[in-house]
Amino acid sequence: MATARFDADTDHTRFQDYWLDSAYDEMFEAEGVPRAHYRGLYDLLRDLPLTEMRRRKQAADTSFLHQGITFTVYGRDEGTERIFPHDLLPRIITSKEWGTIERGLIQRITALNLFLRDIYNEGRSLDDGVVPREIVYSCKHFRRQMREFTVPRNIYITVIGTDLIRLPDGRFVVLEDNLRVPSGVSYMLTSRQVMRRIFPELFRTAGVRPIDHYSEALLGTLRALGPEGRPDPNIVLLTPGVYNSAYFEHAFLARQMGIELVEGRDLAVHDNTVYMRTTAGLRRVDVIYRRVDDDFIDPLVFRPDSSLGVAGLFSAYRSGNVTLANALGTGVADDKALYAYVPRIIRYFLNEDPILDNVETYLCSDPVQRSHVLERLDKYVVKAVGESGGYGMLIGPSSTAAEREEFRRRIQDDPRNYIAQPTMQLSRAPCFLDGSVEPRHVDLRPYILFGDKPTIVPGGLTRVALRKGSLVVNSSQGGGSKDTWVLH
Amino acid sequence: MLSRVADSLYWMSRYMERAEHTARVMGVHWNLMLEHDAGSAAEARWRHVLAALGYKEEVRDDAFAAAQTYALDQMASAIASARENARQVREQISSEMWEELNRLFHESKRIAEPEFFGSRPQDVVTSVIRSSRLFQGITDTTMLHGEGWQFIQVGRSIERVQQTVRLLSAHFRAFYHPGADSMSVAEHMEWIGLLRSCSSFEAYCKVYTAEMRPERVAEFLLLNAEFPHSVRFGVERLRGSLESVHQATASRRAERLGKLAGRLTAALSYTPIEEIMSNLHEFSTSIRRLCGQIHGGIYQVYISYPIEAALEV
Repeated sequence: MATARFDADTDHTRFQDYWLDSAYDEMFEAEGVPRAHYRGLYDLLRDLPLTEMRRRKQAADTSFLHQGITFTVYGRDEGTERIFPHDLLPRIITSKEWGTIERGLIQRITALNLFLRDIYNEGRSLDDGVVPREIVYSCKHFRRQMREFTVPRNIYITVIGTDLIRLPDGRFVVLEDNLRVPSGVSYMLTSRQVMRRIFPELFRTAGVRPIDHYSEALLGTLRALGPEGRPDPNIVLLTPGVYNSAYFEHAFLARQMGIELVEGRDLAVHDNTVYMRTTAGLRRVDVIYRRVDDDFIDPLVFRPDSSLGVAGLFSAYRSGNVTLANALGTGVADDKALYAYVPRIIRYFLNEDPILDNVETYLCSDPVQRSHVLERLDKYVVKAVGESGGYGMLIGPSSTAAEREEFRRRIQDDPRNYIAQPTMQLSRAPCFLDGSVEPRHVDLRPYILFGDKPTIVPGGLTRVALRKGSLVVNSSQGGGSKDTWVLH
Repeated sequence: MLSRVADSLYWMSRYMERAEHTARVMGVHWNLMLEHDAGSAAEARWRHVLAALGYKEEVRDDAFAAAQTYALDQMASAIASARENARQVREQISSEMWEELNRLFHESKRIAEPEFFGSRPQDVVTSVIRSSRLFQGITDTTMLHGEGWQFIQVGRSIERVQQTVRLLSAHFRAFYHPGADSMSVAEHMEWIGLLRSCSSFEAYCKVYTAEMRPERVAEFLLLNAEFPHSVRFGVERLRGSLESVHQATASRRAERLGKLAGRLTAALSYTPIEEIMSNLHEFSTSIRRLCGQIHGGIYQVYISYPIEAALEV
């Protein structure tokens, strides 16, 4: 921090490169004054010699490397496997803050689930004009094949990862819902295992709530969704295979839950029943935690060129002989244009005010909003509605004139496909970078499970934009992760 | 166990054995060429090597270049295929197994090139053979000896039996003169070469002394009950592993497979060597045909069986 107060204090040399600005700082409430729940970490950082910090960083990196915690980057050398970048310092959340997040997420997920049930059945919310029909029906993730079908326990979204950011005033708001096949939970779990070894002294005193029961909770959630009359369901995890970017996670979760990791070619459908092919013959499959996108799940119903799915699976699903989690067609509710309507959806279905707010969003399909956005492209973040992972985005303030022209053309060609949001000041948290502690922007993705009831393990994946000044936290775009501690 | 996993383990093991076998044959003949071949002899040798390695096309000119390219390609692609199969089932094999196979794969990209091989042939051959044996050792000490491990044994045994029989048959076709009472030094070295190609020279000497007689070489490589590279040893191992898989899966459709393996073992346990020698090629063809049927049977019973067949229980 370039202030007299910090510079004069030699105890604080670890923070000599730290500065505060208009963004919310997770660690400091004012210059040189750590927030109460960060006090332990602050003291430790001040006291530990640099060599010891480096040793711990090295130990953490080695541990990640040996566990083979990797992800795949697309579009470069056909899938390069990389170690997931990880920052040494935990992100800490108080019990009170977490309480709000938890209630807010449960409220939001409950409403979105009711909305999905409604649009695929009676469509009351559409009749009542809560959400314009065209937003729903023009969404490329809307699956007409799901209409008038009762999914087990009326649960459409079983595994959810919601992206939250913290605004300068300290409020958490929702940036994005991931209701299809959210990933990243394996990084949350493995990073905690590593951190316990790296910071034992902090764990002893801080009172960190455990998250290790996630796999068991997921298994219980999936079990609760088993088809009628199958009290001890055979649950499998369906992966697209070793070339998928999240394969590590698929293998990890399958092993943690003790269930079989299968590919499409391992499954076969006969008489509307799904079987997996084992050396001891066919074994019936009851619940599929599928990590394959809707489009690829069944070549007979969706993309006929898919070799990742299983022919006949959808028919077995509709017959109620097998449960898919998440259900198909859930992507309509995490469409970025629909996002703007989520507060109304919450009010309509639950008759409550949203606990967690949205980010202000402009829909390019609306002529007035579109011209507002087109006039101020350098101020906004423009996103393609169906994309994820930080692909297909324009970040106005850091864009070139050519990029803005490109997006202007794209928006005019296909307005329904774009939304714009003001550039958000993501909060910042301390990171240990090459010997000093510096602030970097972070978000937070908690994982919600919804079986017989919603469950959220206290924590999540804190993603961090490791490049100085960057606001993009996606791992494919130079982002990393931090362990997230929720305190008792 | 998932059928796909069994399939990958089986092929991983087969390909690894194939890479080692190719390296052995290549190394032996390279040395023989340096010591004994003059003039057109080398041409004949490499034609023979191509036949022994299962090369199907017609060799026009420069059999040496053709053999070298073919063998190095076969070795490199076998290693790459072994690794690819292992990659599909990384969760099922130990990380030590994966590391060794991955290391060999990256090394093979460098060393299985004609230029590199030409300058340091022995290093290449030794490296592949050593890695393959290390891999087997790691597999045996770090993996559960359950169904998956048994599929690995099945793959290795069936590949080794097939390769050994083919090599032996090609060798006899090229070098065997029934009734000849003496053997030139060069011929003598060829028979030693055959044994070396099967890692069997020292073991042969312990049983029969260093005196080379083609009938004894055949007897040793086909019928010896105690040597791991003999065909009989291989089929016993194959039958045992298939039996273990049968028990583990309790598959009712495995009976025919058991009978095939039984026939194969019986042929090697009870056929006198004189009878085999009276028509070695027919005998080796029948062994390879049975191996092919067993391979097909494994697929029918455990891997790509029709759904209807599996439902009729």
